[in-house]
Amino acid sequence: MTLLAVLHFPLLSSLVILPIIFAIGVALIPKDQVIVIKALAGVASLIELFLGLMLLLIFKTNHGGFQFVSLHSWISSFGISWYLGVDGISLFLVLLSIILFPIAILAPRSSREPKSFMAWMLVLEGASIGSFLSLDLFLFFAFFELTLVPTYFIISGWGHQKRNYASYKFFLYTFLGSAFLLVGILALVVLHQSATGVLTFNLLKLASRQTFTTTTGIFLFLAFTIAFAIKTPIVPFHTWSPDAYGEAPAGGSLILAGILAKLGTYGMIRFDLTLFPTASIKLAPILATLGVIGIIYGALVASAQKDLKRLIAYSSVAHLGFIVLGIFAFSAISVSGGVLQMVNHGIITAGLFLLIAMIYERRGTHLIEDLKGLQKPAPVLAAIFTLVMFSAFAVPGLNGFTGEFLILLGAFPTMGIWVVFATAGVILAALYMLWAYQRTFHGPAEGANAHIFDLNTKERLLMVPFVILIVFIGVFPQPLLSRIDPSVRQLVHHVEQHMTKTSPSQLASAKAGK
Amino acid sequence: MTIAFLIPLLPLLGFVLLLIFGKKLGSPNSGWLATAAVGASFVVSCVVLFSFLSRSAGNPYRVQHFFTWMSVANFHLDVGLLIDPLSLTMVLFVTGVSTLIHLYSIGYMKGDRDFSKFFLYLNLFVASMVILVLSDNFILTFVGWEGVGACSYLLVAFWFERPRAASAGKKAFVVNRIGDFGFLLASFLIFQRLHSLNYKTDFSHLNLLSPTSATVIALLLFLAAVGKSAQFPLFTWLVDAMEGPTPVSALIHAATMVTAGVFLMVRVAPILALSHIALLTIAIVGLATAFIGATSACAQNDIKKVLAYSTVSQLGYMFLAVGSQAYVAAIFLMVAHAFYKALLFLGAGSVIHGLHDEQDIKKMGGLRKWMPATSITFIIGWLAIGGVPPFAGFWAKGDVLLGAFSNSPILWAIGAFTGGLTAYYIGREVYLVFFGEPRWQQLAVKGPFHDSVHESPRIMLIPLYVLAIFSVLGGLLDLPFSKHLGFLGRWLAPLFAGLPQLQRVPVSLEITLGTVDAILAIAGVVVAHLIWSKNWQKPSLEPVFLNQGWKVDSTSDAVVARPGATVARLSSLFDSTFIDGIVNGVGALGVKIGTSIRKLQNGYIRNYAMGIAIGTVLLLAIELLRVTP
Repeated sequence: MTLLAVLHFPLLSSLVILPIIFAIGVALIPKDQVIVIKALAGVASLIELFLGLMLLLIFKTNHGGFQFVSLHSWISSFGISWYLGVDGISLFLVLLSIILFPIAILAPRSSREPKSFMAWMLVLEGASIGSFLSLDLFLFFAFFELTLVPTYFIISGWGHQKRNYASYKFFLYTFLGSAFLLVGILALVVLHQSATGVLTFNLLKLASRQTFTTTTGIFLFLAFTIAFAIKTPIVPFHTWSPDAYGEAPAGGSLILAGILAKLGTYGMIRFDLTLFPTASIKLAPILATLGVIGIIYGALVASAQKDLKRLIAYSSVAHLGFIVLGIFAFSAISVSGGVLQMVNHGIITAGLFLLIAMIYERRGTHLIEDLKGLQKPAPVLAAIFTLVMFSAFAVPGLNGFTGEFLILLGAFPTMGIWVVFATAGVILAALYMLWAYQRTFHGPAEGANAHIFDLNTKERLLMVPFVILIVFIGVFPQPLLSRIDPSVRQLVHHVEQHMTKTSPSQLASAKAGK
Repeated sequence: MTIAFLIPLLPLLGFVLLLIFGKKLGSPNSGWLATAAVGASFVVSCVVLFSFLSRSAGNPYRVQHFFTWMSVANFHLDVGLLIDPLSLTMVLFVTGVSTLIHLYSIGYMKGDRDFSKFFLYLNLFVASMVILVLSDNFILTFVGWEGVGACSYLLVAFWFERPRAASAGKKAFVVNRIGDFGFLLASFLIFQRLHSLNYKTDFSHLNLLSPTSATVIALLLFLAAVGKSAQFPLFTWLVDAMEGPTPVSALIHAATMVTAGVFLMVRVAPILALSHIALLTIAIVGLATAFIGATSACAQNDIKKVLAYSTVSQLGYMFLAVGSQAYVAAIFLMVAHAFYKALLFLGAGSVIHGLHDEQDIKKMGGLRKWMPATSITFIIGWLAIGGVPPFAGFWAKGDVLLGAFSNSPILWAIGAFTGGLTAYYIGREVYLVFFGEPRWQQLAVKGPFHDSVHESPRIMLIPLYVLAIFSVLGGLLDLPFSKHLGFLGRWLAPLFAGLPQLQRVPVSLEITLGTVDAILAIAGVVVAHLIWSKNWQKPSLEPVFLNQGWKVDSTSDAVVARPGATVARLSSLFDSTFIDGIVNGVGALGVKIGTSIRKLQNGYIRNYAMGIAIGTVLLLAIELLRVTP
């Protein structure tokens, strides 16, 4: 037992609330006190990093349930509680947030009006971490909604030319999804109350007893899943993302793709599988098909993009398709792979957006046709880009491989055909990434391209965490997997229990795969 | 045995050191560091070999585990090395040939702007290649498999300012990925059926595989090998890969990486043995590739492209051997080929170096007077690859053809004829480059060209001498006359102990077949001499169809690449007009239905967003007040 545990330090609550308090602090400081503002944001990030480290160190491995649980009655008349907990599925997403937010704050294009930028970023950090930790549906919804606000202001305030269009579209589209989610949550809670007489938003209580028919379950599942599918995004709900990713400032795209996209896939694992196992099983073929369509279609559309950021946005659709496939294959291997891949995709995509932002800083454009031969004037930039790109298209030994491999390996026994197509997507990923790289970095450098500077010390330091994580998780993913695996097994077991009820044949095929 | 981990670790260490200090060390010191790292790895391999020989009575395997790579649910994968006669044979020739080519590169790459980067990639390549062959499971092999592919990409596109080099690097990677698709699917299927991806575990449970599964797995793994080892129809990337620096062509695209597919086939021999269909497919594709490669090589004018098609052809022979279950012959040819093809490539590099980057053999001629050492070693390489007795190629290819004969005399006949072609097309190259009248005067761009055409420095010639010696004597590895002389066969035998054995051909027939091989080889030499010692142009013997490698490249371009690009463009159009069109249409409709368009302007969303923010903060504040210590 460590000191913090003995003191009953509210670790999770602190992780959620501290950034928001600091955000208010930043908001109260006069605009011209830039140094104080930066210092405050820095202190917040450091405290979060420290708390995150504590979380990782104290977190018990070989333990599938929730840890560090913080449960306080909040709005008791409505059965709403402040209920936070962390397990192997959310642990690394929280840690990823803690690492990526400071980097997003330091990313290019944040220098204009640093005060409001940092305040919004800190709010977003709190809301994201809160979403990953909430075990109360109302609380989750509140945080899930809260992430929209800072994101909207960051895109519209610090974005590129079409920022207004992109931010409206982002806000309205995802808000539409949230409306479905809200209706779903309320319906579920009401159904539960009428069956049991208990009004509660507590996830575990709601999951412990199924109070609705299979058909109702499917509608509830759809209400939740539309919100998550838009957020992720899954094809065909993805068209807001190239605009939002493309127009957002570097820090915004980095967080959108690195963290916020994971809210969608995380939501599917945490809420769809937990609350609606029967409906999940019934609709799994559709979701898996959409995931695989995303892999192929995302890759095809990515290869026709003219703008680097939009290219990464579509490649992101493809990679998230792998995660969706992994989740809805319900094998402990593939779901663990999906959770690991959420972290990996966050690291890789954030890294790519950051590198593209560094190119933009130098050339003032993301358009591939305006770039050429950058490897000669900027070899370090090119080398790091190559490494991150290799990981993006899953070169083994780097982190992108570990997740996608486990997803495909685990999904193969029950979803063989899907896996064949998904694996073909791996070929396409190499194709469009290498082609984009060739057009950007290879060939003779002329004009403005010939005279760009290589990465400076600050930029190199910003990239160090990415390089370390990409190599480390690629070579030695076990420290992550050993924490992810117990929670995933528990969840898969929960789903499998409903498989017995639904159809013996499905169970048999699932068992055969293990 | 315990030091076996140093075999991959030393070149990896060289890579890391060059990553940190490469720029400071510069030329030639970073080259020496890299050479030392690989040389040390070779020495360790030798030590491991001797300790293996002295300890391994009976048991052909030694396994070393390091750490758990991935362990989830019922899937468990360790990072471990499998030390057996096959992997030891592979690491010995890989590190040995690599050391020589590293040494050569110090001379060849002198003065290059990215000198240390070249050696950094080279060391990473050797580390990957060694991991590939030493791995004790499919997935660690796959790490090396894609690792060598990535290094190949980096090295082919080494002179990235040349658009053709950049495209060739990309193509090499993407075509290899088609093979990797097969590798991954085979792994998934193996794990589904056998619950493990460890070679030893899998091979001891093969009785659980149905014949269909075994065939599918074998063919998928063969697809992987087709990509990596440049077999029909996926061989064009290897020809394009000649855009890389010549030492890279010698090391990666002749001696080592491209043989990985053959290695994989030999490694999974127990699975192949379960499927007659797969074996037959492998033999036929191999033979077809050998023939297509050899005929295409007859019509090339680029000094390296002759050798590239030749490599494609020789790899085809190795697959012919695998498909005929003559695994020892496949490995024998692989090792012998590594010697003489590396020799030929390094000789070509020496010529290119001496002629200031000229690669067109029609613009060469008479070089033996200016480059005597290069020409003599190149001629040795020619006789070795041509199968002229008693050089290495005669014995190795003889074993392959013998295996093919016991499979089917038709396979043998085509293979033997292709052997004669081999002696002919390298002969054509030898005569055009080293004999006849010098045709390179017109290349004189600056100053008197004659004076600047030169023999290569000693650091480049030493590897040529060493490889020449091995090309002459390589046959000693596995001579047919007596059981005692078949070293390689006896050494590798434990690997294939439980597998169906080759039908032995009677000794008299064996001698007859060998004689026919030799006659065809000498005929090839003679024909090359008759035609190309006097002529340097003979369009009737250099048809465009063969020059373009049976038009495989343009065909696949028309059938796959261009339609693919069209589909991508259409998908993008569909996405921006149809899917996004619906989204924006619905949005616009929503605006019309809404009471006022104005409200959706800036202020509305802003206020709403602020509302959410303030509301949430208030709720949080309530919570904060409620948390009592």
